Amino acid sequence: MLTQPNLLGIRGLTRQDIDLIHATAKEFKDVLNRPIKKVPSLRDFTVANLFFENSTRTRLSFELAEKRLSADVVNFSSAGSSVKKGETLVDTVNNILAMKVDMVVMRHPHPGAHHFLASKVNVPIVNAGDGTHEHPTQALLDTLSLRQSMGDDLSGKNIAMVGDIQHSRVALSNIWALKLLGANVRVCGPHTLIPRHLHKLGVEVSHDLDETIRWADALNMLRIQLERQGPDDSVRFFPSLREYTMRYGLTMDRLSQANRPLVIMHPGPINRGVEISSEVADSDHAIILEQVENGVAVRMAVLYLLAQQRG
Amino acid sequence: MQNQVLIPPAQFALILDRLAHQLIEHHDFSETDLVGLQPRGSRLAERLQARLKELLPGEDIRCGKLDVTFYRDDIRTHEKPLAPNVNVMGFTVENRHVVLVDDVLFTGRTIRAGLDALLAHGRPKSVALAVLIDRRFSRELPIEPNYIGKHVDSIGAQHVLVEWAEEQEDDRVILLNSKPQ
Repeated sequence: MLTQPNLLGIRGLTRQDIDLIHATAKEFKDVLNRPIKKVPSLRDFTVANLFFENSTRTRLSFELAEKRLSADVVNFSSAGSSVKKGETLVDTVNNILAMKVDMVVMRHPHPGAHHFLASKVNVPIVNAGDGTHEHPTQALLDTLSLRQSMGDDLSGKNIAMVGDIQHSRVALSNIWALKLLGANVRVCGPHTLIPRHLHKLGVEVSHDLDETIRWADALNMLRIQLERQGPDDSVRFFPSLREYTMRYGLTMDRLSQANRPLVIMHPGPINRGVEISSEVADSDHAIILEQVENGVAVRMAVLYLLAQQRG
Repeated sequence: MQNQVLIPPAQFALILDRLAHQLIEHHDFSETDLVGLQPRGSRLAERLQARLKELLPGEDIRCGKLDVTFYRDDIRTHEKPLAPNVNVMGFTVENRHVVLVDDVLFTGRTIRAGLDALLAHGRPKSVALAVLIDRRFSRELPIEPNYIGKHVDSIGAQHVLVEWAEEQEDDRVILLNSKPQ
C-alpha cells in the first residue's frame, strides 16, 4: 500500500512506495504485451486529465493507461476554456468533480499547484508535471527502465543527467527517485542551466561532459527547452545552440571514450542534433523507446494503486 | 474449538493422485492445458502437472500461472489493497481445453475473475474447474467444480488453509476458526 493518498511528487514517497509501483508496473507491462491489452480493474472509475500546460506524449500515455485499466476518461485543456475567463483553479476542478469524477491527473505551469489543490479537494491527485518542479511519473518510468537494463539494484551505480537542469521537472524528480534507490547522481551542464545550491540535494555538479561520460554508468540526456529560453529566438542561457551542442551534445565520438557500455536515456521529445546525435539516439545503447513503453505501465500502476486507497 | 486438520499428509497425497487420474480419464492432454490461479492454485497445478508427467511419460503437459488480481470485482472494496502476483502464461489457450486449478473454492468470485482473465489469453474450447477443497453452501455465484479433492462444510467466519511442503513442513489442509491476520 502506498504511504501517500496522492502522487504529488517523488519527494514524500518512500523506497517501499517506489518498489511497490515498479513491481506493479512490471505486471501491467505483461498485460500490455498480451493480445488483449486491457484489464477491467477501474471499470467503475472516472479520471479527469486536466492539462493547463501543453503536452502530447504524457497526456497520451496517461490516457492510454487509463483506458487499458477500463476507466472512463475526460480530457480538459486550458486552451479555449473558462480558465481564460478568469476562473480559479479550485473552482475549475470543483466544477469537474461535481460531475462525479474519481481522480484527477493534472499538469500545471505553476510549481506546487498540485499541493495546493490536494488540500482543497477530496480525490486522489496525480501530478503530470508542475512547472519546473516535479514530474514524478517520468522519474518512476526512468528508474524502472534503468532497473530493467542495469539490474534491479541501482545502489552504487553512477547516473548522470546532462543538459538543462534549471528548467527540467524531470531532473528534480529523478534526483529524488535515484537517491531513494541508492544511486550516485550527477548533473552536468553549463553553469547557467544548473540551479545554485543543487549540491545540497546530495548530487555532484559537473560542467564537463567528457569527464562525466567516463564516470557514468548511465546518461539521461535532458531536452534543451527552447520554449523556456526567453522570447522569440533569443536563447538566453547560452550563446548559441551550436556552441551548446559542441560542449554538451552527445555524439558517438564522445561516447567511445567511455570505459564501459553506457545506458542512454532521453525523456523526449528529442532535439536531434542538439543534445543528442541521431546516431546515438538510434543506437543499441539508447533505451528511449523502452522508457515510453514503461511509461504506460508505470502510469497504470500509479492509477491502480491510488484508486485502491479510498475504496 | 481447536483448529482441525482436514487433510493429513498421507491423505493429501492420495487425493492429488486421484485428481490426476480423474483428469486423465476425462482429458486428452495433447489438447488440454492446466492453468493455476495465483498464488495458491498454481502450486496445486504444478503438483498435478508433475504427477501427470509421471503417469503420461512423453506427453508435454503445459501449465500456466494466471493472476486474477486486475480482474477481481472487489478491487476497491477490499479491506487491504490487492497486490498483483506474477502472471506466467507462456502460451495462448485459443482452441484448447483448459482445466482451471485453485486450492479452495469458497464464494466463486475468484473463479469468476479467473474466467475473465483467461479470456485475455485466447478463447478456449472448454473450461473445467479442479479444486482441492470445495467449501459447500457458501457460493455467491453459480460456479461449481468438475473435480473436487474434498468437500468441506464450514461457516463463513472459518478459514481453510492449504499448506504445501514447498513452503511449510508438510502437505496438509487445516480448518482455522478465524481468518489469519
